[in-house]
Amino acid sequence: MKIRKLALAATLLAAGVSSLVSTSAFAQAKEQYMPVLSYRTGPYAPNGTPIANGIVDYYKLVNARGGINGVKLLIEECETGYDTARSVECYERLKGNHGGAAVIQPWSTGATFAITEKAPADKIPLVTLGYGRSESADGTVFKWNFPLAGNYWVAGDVLVQAIGKKEGGLDKLKGKKIALVYHDSPFGKEALPIIQERAKAHGFELQLLPVTAPGVEQKATWLQIRQSRPDYTILWGFGVMNSTALKEAQATGYPREKMYGVWWSGAEPDVRDVGDGAKGYNAVALQNSSDFDAKLVKETLATLHAKGQGTGPKEEVGQVLWLRGAMSAMLTVEGIRAAQERYGKGKVMNGDQVRWGLENLNLTQAKLDALGFGGVLRPISTSCQDHMGAYWARMHSWDGKAWKITSDWMQGDEQIIKPMVKAAAAKYAAEKKLTPRTPADCQS
Amino acid sequence: MLYRENGQFKTTYRADQQIFPIAQDRFFMLALLALAFVVVPLTASDYLFRAILIPFVIMSLAALGVNILVGYCGQISLGSGAFMAVGAYGAYNFFARIPGMPLIPTLILGGLCATAFGILFGLPSLRVKGLYLAVATLAAQFFADWMFLRIKWFTLDNSSGSVAVSNLQVFGLALESDVSKYLFCLCTLAVIALGAKNLVRGAIGREWMAIRDMDVAAAVIGIRPMYAKLSAFAVSSFIIGVAGALWAFFYLGAWEPGAFSVDLSFKLLFMVIIGGLGSIMGSFFGAAFIVILPIALNQFLPFLAGLIGRDISTTAASHAELMIFGGLIVWFLIVEPHGLAKLWSTAKQKLRLWPFPH
Repeated sequence: MKIRKLALAATLLAAGVSSLVSTSAFAQAKEQYMPVLSYRTGPYAPNGTPIANGIVDYYKLVNARGGINGVKLLIEECETGYDTARSVECYERLKGNHGGAAVIQPWSTGATFAITEKAPADKIPLVTLGYGRSESADGTVFKWNFPLAGNYWVAGDVLVQAIGKKEGGLDKLKGKKIALVYHDSPFGKEALPIIQERAKAHGFELQLLPVTAPGVEQKATWLQIRQSRPDYTILWGFGVMNSTALKEAQATGYPREKMYGVWWSGAEPDVRDVGDGAKGYNAVALQNSSDFDAKLVKETLATLHAKGQGTGPKEEVGQVLWLRGAMSAMLTVEGIRAAQERYGKGKVMNGDQVRWGLENLNLTQAKLDALGFGGVLRPISTSCQDHMGAYWARMHSWDGKAWKITSDWMQGDEQIIKPMVKAAAAKYAAEKKLTPRTPADCQS
Repeated sequence: MLYRENGQFKTTYRADQQIFPIAQDRFFMLALLALAFVVVPLTASDYLFRAILIPFVIMSLAALGVNILVGYCGQISLGSGAFMAVGAYGAYNFFARIPGMPLIPTLILGGLCATAFGILFGLPSLRVKGLYLAVATLAAQFFADWMFLRIKWFTLDNSSGSVAVSNLQVFGLALESDVSKYLFCLCTLAVIALGAKNLVRGAIGREWMAIRDMDVAAAVIGIRPMYAKLSAFAVSSFIIGVAGALWAFFYLGAWEPGAFSVDLSFKLLFMVIIGGLGSIMGSFFGAAFIVILPIALNQFLPFLAGLIGRDISTTAASHAELMIFGGLIVWFLIVEPHGLAKLWSTAKQKLRLWPFPH
């Protein structure tokens, strides 16, 4: 009885104490604090783990290279389990630590929405590499959001172009039938505007097939595909939905060569379980595919993994999502470097300064080569108005063992995407009663 | 010694029937209110407000609503997440569609939307009971999920189906800072909790409890089951709806239907079961247990590992957190099946005899 009471008291005490204990250590000079929101547990862990490993590996690599002009990165991870409330909690917990976070990568649609509302007050820029709100590419409305190197509308646009190319020209799409199997969530619905726009322009018939999250039950969806026999199927899924869709396609006998996935549907964890069954399946790569020969990958293996300092398993280094994480980390770090160019080399930057840096990125081929990212992505430059910086993408397909690039560089059509971004951002601004930034504000 | 009602004589019925008949309880409550309204706003950090206090206050409100239905009226419901969603989207639609709509009527209208929805999905309770009712209310959950995902009208035809609010103000005061948000939520909670406490002490609360304890007997002594059950659904879903609107407006700011998934319904049910069925106090304990404990564990474990000089990865900490949390739930339910509120009242009982127990 006594022990039980003691245990109870200890538990309550522990709960009480720990909520008071602030985890903040004393900020050390010359360290740029880099919080990492990761989901290494929960249903989406197979996707979240390589991304987090890529980010942390790259930060470690930057430190091994001597930091950003001498400023070392201080890495702290927080586990979100892909839960919006926990992501927000992590964000709130980390943002003030160690002198304050200057930039954050939410890595979840729900968290991006929630943090977007908080960022302007906190003055912390959000780097959302290819996810989150597509319209946040408009920097005049979304001052603190950076969907760098392509957003969902670029991905959707390139997917339609790739299908058009296979048919021998976009005009050949007339009268064809394309099914869109999408995750029924804001993430999945991001696909609709761009693909509907393209359907109108080229006269193909679009069949919309929403799949309820998490997407383990798709029998009905694939029955519909079996009946309507679309010429192509676009898969806009996340996590377990992708492998389920591919297995269903296999069971239905729908040719995988005619399936085109968004970039969240085009990584190793999505197809590994299906293996040969996914052979020939295509997906859009928002710039990066898997690349085991990139200079960066070799450097990471030699500098970190060879010394036992790597974050994840070394087989994973160079895979699609690892590289995605590393690329996101690289663009973030380069944003800080650009900020240092203006506000003082070798100094720790704050959120406002990093925001300026991210708005004035100019990564030339030479710079990318020097960073080890040659061939992984194309040169990219951002501006105050354009927070995305590039419309480029490629297609890759799964050959049963690895993702192989199968197309040249393709470009999302600015003529279509830009007005859409503009309109959606204006709508957001009107709803929130925001006034878009003036050219004068862009200088700050 | 400290907690004894000796010498406190009641000379009127009024004094005898007040919420806290014992003077010490009143002082304790006043101290607690002073702590919540004065000390906390002066001392708490940004992080505490945004990540712990605001969610705790809002979830307490939601748990209170669930407790009225499940704890007091005995109607097991798995549709609480849906009621929150209806409250949130209802309030959003009033707020966004009517220019210059003030905040407090918006929240009340959101709550009323949830009330209507709750009564509609409470109708099966007239025929089915217990676990069957739980399954029937689950339908509300799936219906709401479907409704807010697919009917674009509710989300103002936003292409992605996510919505956002901003420029919240009440009586001309902007609710932008964390303190003001916290205080607003706390005031709402205090008002509604006081109302709920009085409801359950009154005639209608007794009807609910009679229905809960044995509906046939209740009907025999003249309680109308339909009225009692539907009024419980109405009051409960109103409170849950207001909580949902607060959750969306003040905690999330921008949200998608996924924020009110079936997980939330389960969480709310666990809150009232762990906190204590049929106890207003229990709702607060339950909300604290479910909202604060995982976060506290998550931060305490690396700290603990640090004490013994070890480094614990975030993955290990989060797995350990789930295991310890699960273990604690089982342990608490074994030690005290009537919930944390029962522990509280046992403690009070012991305190009356302290320091000379029999």
